Amino acid sequence: MLDNSESYVTEDGRTIGGVVMEMKNITLRFGGVVAIKDISFDIREGEIRAIIGPNGAGKSSMLNVISGFYVPQEGEVLFHGKPRPQLRPYEVAQQGIARTFQNIALFEGMTVLDNVMTGRLNKMSSGLLAQAIWRGKAEKEEIENREKAEKIIDFLEIQHIRKTPVSRLPYGLKKRVELARALVSEPSILLLDEPMAGMNVEEKEDMSRFILDVNDEFGTTIALIEHDMGVVMDLSDRVVVMDYGKKIGDGTPSDIRNNQAVIDAYLGVAHD
Amino acid sequence: MTQTSEGVNGLTSVPALLQRNATEFADKAAYREKELGIWQNWTWSETADEIDALSLGLLTLGINEGDFVAIIGRNRPYLYWAMVAVQSVGAVPVPLYSDASAEEMAYVLDHCGARFVIAADQEQVDKVRDVQEGLSQFEKMIYLDPRGLRKYDHANLHQFSKVQDAGRAALSELMPELNRRREALNYDSTCVMLYTSGTTGKPKGVVLSNRNIIETSRHSSEFDSLSAGEDILAYLPMAWVGDFIFSLGQAYWTGFCVNCPESVDTMMTDLREIGPTYYFAPPRVFETQLTTVMIRMEDASPMKKRMFDYFMAHAKKVGPDILDGNPVNGFDKLKYKLGDLLVYGPLKNTLGFSRVRIGYTAGEAIGPEIFDFYRSLGINLKQLYGQTEASVFITQQPDGQVRSDTVGVPSPGVELKIAENGEVFYRSEGTFVEYYKNAESTADTKDPEGWVATGDAGFIEEGTGHLRIIDRAKDVANMSDGALFAPKYVENKLKFYPNILEAVVFGAGRDRCTAFINIDLTAVGNWAERNNIAYASYQELAGHPRVLETIQEHVETVNKSVAEDPMLSGCQVHRFLVLHKQLDADDGELTRTQKVRRKIIGEKFEDLVNALYDGSPEIYTETEVTYEDGRKGMISATLEIRDAKVVPVTASKIAAE
Repeated sequence: MLDNSESYVTEDGRTIGGVVMEMKNITLRFGGVVAIKDISFDIREGEIRAIIGPNGAGKSSMLNVISGFYVPQEGEVLFHGKPRPQLRPYEVAQQGIARTFQNIALFEGMTVLDNVMTGRLNKMSSGLLAQAIWRGKAEKEEIENREKAEKIIDFLEIQHIRKTPVSRLPYGLKKRVELARALVSEPSILLLDEPMAGMNVEEKEDMSRFILDVNDEFGTTIALIEHDMGVVMDLSDRVVVMDYGKKIGDGTPSDIRNNQAVIDAYLGVAHD
Repeated sequence: MTQTSEGVNGLTSVPALLQRNATEFADKAAYREKELGIWQNWTWSETADEIDALSLGLLTLGINEGDFVAIIGRNRPYLYWAMVAVQSVGAVPVPLYSDASAEEMAYVLDHCGARFVIAADQEQVDKVRDVQEGLSQFEKMIYLDPRGLRKYDHANLHQFSKVQDAGRAALSELMPELNRRREALNYDSTCVMLYTSGTTGKPKGVVLSNRNIIETSRHSSEFDSLSAGEDILAYLPMAWVGDFIFSLGQAYWTGFCVNCPESVDTMMTDLREIGPTYYFAPPRVFETQLTTVMIRMEDASPMKKRMFDYFMAHAKKVGPDILDGNPVNGFDKLKYKLGDLLVYGPLKNTLGFSRVRIGYTAGEAIGPEIFDFYRSLGINLKQLYGQTEASVFITQQPDGQVRSDTVGVPSPGVELKIAENGEVFYRSEGTFVEYYKNAESTADTKDPEGWVATGDAGFIEEGTGHLRIIDRAKDVANMSDGALFAPKYVENKLKFYPNILEAVVFGAGRDRCTAFINIDLTAVGNWAERNNIAYASYQELAGHPRVLETIQEHVETVNKSVAEDPMLSGCQVHRFLVLHKQLDADDGELTRTQKVRRKIIGEKFEDLVNALYDGSPEIYTETEVTYEDGRKGMISATLEIRDAKVVPVTASKIAAE
C-alpha cells in the first residue's frame, strides 16, 4: 500500500497526489437494513476512482456518504486528514465537492445557461438588493460567472443548446448539462452517480471523453459510480467493488479483472 | 480601375489583397467568430497583424517556398489566416475535409507531400498522428485548440499561438525575408490546391493560381455588385472550392466580413444572429430548412397555420414577380406587403434571411417547389453552376432572370461550348492550372486550347441563352432497348419529396429502371410521431409498411411525370426498395460533398440490385457500416421490394423508331 501523502505517476503520465478523502470503517443503516457494512477506502488527489457493484450493492448510498448527505452510524470520513463534521449541502459545496445525480436533478423549466449559472450561486457574495438593481459588485460578479459558465459550456460542447429549456433536451444532453452545472462551481472533487446510465454507445463514448478531459484539464478528482464494466475499466485509476453492502475488491482495473470474488459477484457462483 | 492581364493595380496575390485591405478598410470588420457566447471581432488591420505573426512564425519553423501545408478543421478565422500566412511565405495551402477519415487524409497528405499540417484540435491531430508513420515528407504539426494535447510529445507539435509569439519575437530579424517572399508572388504562382471530392476514384489535387482565384473573384463580385459591406457566414467545408472563393477570394477582393459559427451545431442560431447579406448553401440545406419550417407549422395553432397557408399561397402567386420587378397589380402588392408584415418578415427573420441580398445554391439540382418557396418570400435565391476546376463559376443567373430549371448564363469571362455528345465545355481565366502530379488526367480534362470538359451533359436554351444541365455525361447511358437513361433526372424528381433524402436509380443496359430510396429521418420521423407509429431505429422506420406505401405513392407520381417526357419515359421506376441505412460518406457511398457515388453503391449493394431485377419479393442483406470513430460493424436487414405502377410508353417507342 502507498503512503497516504505519497504521490505517484500513472502509466499514462498523470500524477496522482496524496489521499484527499478517506472512508474509515463506514457502516450505514436505514432502520434494520444495513446498506453499507464496515467499508474503508480512500480517494487520492487527481485520480478517477470508481465504485462498482451489482444492483442494490450500496453504491449510491456510498456516494451519499462521501458527499456528506448521509451520516454513517459508524466509522468516519476524513477530509484532508481531518474528521468531517456533519455538513449542510451548501457547506459541502463550499468545500469544493460537486455532484451529479442518477436521476438528473436539473431545473426543467430553465434554460441550459441558467441551470449552469446556478452552479455559481455559492460563489456569489453580493446582496439581494445589489443583484436586484444590478450595480457594482453584482454586475461584476455576474459577468465573471457568465464567463466561467460559458467556458464550461464550450468545454462540454453544448453551445447549441445554451438557450434551450432543459425540459426539451434528450436524456444524454441533460446528463451533460448536469455535469456542466457541477463543473462550473470549480470543484476539487467531483462525484458522478451513474454518469452513463441509459446512454447509447456513442453518448457513452462522448461522456467518457469529457470525464477524462475534465480530469486532465482541471485536475479534478473524480469519484464515479457506474454499471458499465467496460467504461469503468477504461476510465478509472482505481476501483472499489461492492456487493451487498460489503467491499469485495479494491485496486487497479487489472487487479479487479482478476479478482475471484468480483468475478463471482458479477457472474454468479454455482451453489452445489 | 486600371486593368491589365497582370492583375488590377498590381494586386497579383491574396497576401497583396490583404495588405491593401489592411490600409483601405483598416478599421472595418474582416472576421467575426462567436466564442464563449459573444461575437469576437477582428478588423482588417488586426487580421493583417495576426497573419504576419503567423507567417513569421512559420519562417521560424523553417518553412520553404513551394512547401505544401495541409490545413484541417472547421471554419475558424485562425484557419483562414493560416491559409493566407502559408501563401505569404510562398508555400501552398491545402485545405482538407475535416470529417475525412485518417486513411483518406493519409492519401492526400502523401500525394501532396505536405511538410506541415495545421490542425484545429485534438481530433484532427490524432488522425494525422495515426498515419504519420507512412508520410515520408511530413515534419511538423501546428494545432489551434490545446485541449487534451498538453501531454502529447511536443517535439514536432506546436501550438498556433506560440508559433505566432515566436513570429512576433523574430519580427525585425525575419521581416525582410517575409517581404521578399511576398513580393516574389505573382499572378501565376499557386494560390491554393484543392482536392476534388472524387465521385469516381481517388481525389485529384486541383492547382489554382492567383490569377484563377483573383480574376474569378473580381468577375463574380462585379456580377452581383458585392461590396465591402456584405456579411457572409462561413460554414461550408474549407476544403471545398466554393468556400475558398466566397470566404477568401471574394472576401479579400471586396473586403467584406466573414463570420464563423461557434460550432457546427450552432450554425442555424448563428445564421439568425448574423443575418448574412450574401449567402450560399447547397440545395440540401434549403430543403432541410423548409422541412423544419413545415414541421413547425404543422405544430402551430390553427389560427397561425391558416394565416401561414393563406399568405404563402399569395406569395406563391405574386412573390417571384415582385422580386423580379415584373408588373403586379396594386391590390396584390398591398396584400403582399401585409403578408410580409405578418408572415414573410418574421419567417425570414427566423431563418436568418432578413438581410439576404443575394443567395446562391449549387452543387445539385434544387426542387422547383423549394426554390419557389424561398423566392416567393422575397429572398433573391439564384442558381449557379460550377466546379473546382473552374474556380467555381461557369454559369450563374443574373438578377431578374432566375428560374429553377436552368443554371444561368455564362459567368463574365467564361466561354461555353457544347460538344456533339452534349457534354458542356468551358474556358475562362478561372480555369485550373493542372491536376497535381497527374499530367494524364490534366490532358484528359483540359485540351491545349484551354477548354475544360465538365463531365456534365447539357444544352443552351434557345432564346434565353441559359444553360440547362441534364445529367453527368458519364451517367447518361442507354437501356437495353436503346432508350435514353438519365438517372439524375429521375432521382432529382424523387428527392424533391421531403420524405426522400436520397435516391439511386439503376437501369443502364437493363430493360427497365429500379431504385434505392433513402428516407429523410426528420420528415418521416415527424410523420410517424404524428400518426402514432412507434419505431426504435432508422432501420425499423425505413422498413415500416406505411412508410413503404407513402414512398410507393411518390415513386408512382414521379413515374407519371417522367412518362410525360418522350425522351426519358423509359426511365420510369418499375421496382424499388427503401434502404436500411442512410448512405454515408464514411462508408464511401457519398462524397464528402454529399454526392452519390453510383458505381460504388452498385457494387456494394450488388445483392440488392440483383434482387430488384430477379423479381424476388424480399431480400436479406448484411452491410458493413463505419462508425464515426472509424470502427466498423455489420448491420443486417430483410428488405421488402415493391413494384411501382408505370405508365405504358408504347407510343413514345414508336416515335423513337
